[in-house]
Amino acid sequence: MSSSSNAPQLTIGVLALQGDYASHARVLEEIGVRVKMVRKAQELTGIDGLIIPGGESTTFLKLLAREGLFEPLRSFAASRPTFGTCAGCILLAKHVSGPEQESLGVLDASVERNAYGRQIDSEILTDETRLPGGPLEMVFIRAPRISQVGAEVEVLATRDGSPILVREKNVLAATFHPELSEDRRVHRYFLQMIQERRDSGNS
Amino acid sequence: MSGHKNNGSGGHGLRLKVGLAEMLKGGVIMDVTDAKQAEIAEKAGAVAVMALERVPAQIRAEGGVARMASIKKIKEIMSASSIPVMAKCRIGHFAEAQVLQELGVDFIDESEVLTPADELHHVDKHAFKTPFVCGARDLGEALRRIAEGAAMIRTKGEAGTGDVVHAVKHLRQIVKDMRQLTVMSEEELYAAAKEHRAPYELIRMVAKSGKLPVPNFSAGGIATPADAALVRQLGAEAVFVGSGIFMSDSHSFAPAEEAEVRARAIVRATTFFDDPKVLAEASEECTGAMKGLAVAALDASSMMQTRGW
Repeated sequence: MSSSSNAPQLTIGVLALQGDYASHARVLEEIGVRVKMVRKAQELTGIDGLIIPGGESTTFLKLLAREGLFEPLRSFAASRPTFGTCAGCILLAKHVSGPEQESLGVLDASVERNAYGRQIDSEILTDETRLPGGPLEMVFIRAPRISQVGAEVEVLATRDGSPILVREKNVLAATFHPELSEDRRVHRYFLQMIQERRDSGNS
Repeated sequence: MSGHKNNGSGGHGLRLKVGLAEMLKGGVIMDVTDAKQAEIAEKAGAVAVMALERVPAQIRAEGGVARMASIKKIKEIMSASSIPVMAKCRIGHFAEAQVLQELGVDFIDESEVLTPADELHHVDKHAFKTPFVCGARDLGEALRRIAEGAAMIRTKGEAGTGDVVHAVKHLRQIVKDMRQLTVMSEEELYAAAKEHRAPYELIRMVAKSGKLPVPNFSAGGIATPADAALVRQLGAEAVFVGSGIFMSDSHSFAPAEEAEVRARAIVRATTFFDDPKVLAEASEECTGAMKGLAVAALDASSMMQTRGW
């Protein structure tokens, strides 16, 4: 893909309160990015972007509130490159249902938790997306459904007509788990988003 | 849909099963016996709940044959929870496992806490779409369960005691067994497979990576925030807390507020397991712990961990 080898090395934070943060870290290291685990507000400094991993969104919310991390995380995600997968996508959305819960509200989208069913309904699909390079494998685990997106949101992939990979300015969100596949295109797309912002002098 | 899908119990199936286990990492899975406790657990930040008729401490105290929980109970807990729900079947009782899969529970624990249904065979877990977690005391036992299709391993410890000593023992044993494999020569690995009574392919996989091919959690006697941090530092990727949250002793439940405070403190300690400052705060928040039973004072016949092979 197009990540240039002479670019300065990026540091990406991974929210490491709970979930599959280690899988994201492994992918990032593999594509040549420095990783910083984030569990406290002060650890949000010195990173070029942040990943909110898969896990349990309710657990994330409790820990964010208790550790005084909710507001710092919200203000980071409102302006800096942030990528959420599954529970991370739920956290980024403006509206969450099934049940209703708080969220960072930085992505103009409505997300319904566990909308495809329980674990027994989890599945791996391979389908075309807007990313170049052919069909993409997508691992859905107790996945949420994006039921609605705002006009500013770019839809990069869909499943049965519902968006599953979306971007709004500095925010990227997937209802599936690219960190559990071998295909690195979604993570590389996120790196590109960071690079573009750097090039436009808007870090 | 134009895309290709695969959710069977083949290679993709195992990836989906292990995938859910990955999502639970760094979290606390709590035993609950009704909808009210399930709500407390979720509110405290549990990543999943284990739906039970009786927690291990009660099973131990009351005796009798312990079986899969009643369907009504499991359904009640499932409808009260937005997080994954696990339930236990007896060792080897594949019909109970079929029932649990039919109900749609997210994970099945083939558990030594219940009275075993088969003295020789564990459930063929490859035959199910629902992922399984199984207990182990050493690497060989862990790999035998993985060979049968388990998507997550937990230490057995000694459930229902509130005494962490055997969770520590089993975790240290598994970690030590794995470390030894990483420095062995090819021919030594064949002998190690024989010694551990485990498939050579899995032994070789562990020798290469230094870890289990599925997530490695800890269970059995964890009762305080410091207990959770201890097993996390020893290498457990998440913790199960059974009787330690909702019981004050083997017969009576702790008041709801106390259970909630305990649950919250254990969640915090599990996330910040390597940060003594947060750990001290979590320990201070946590009022009381179950009275417990010292494992050293138990006679062999009342041990749950020796069930299964």
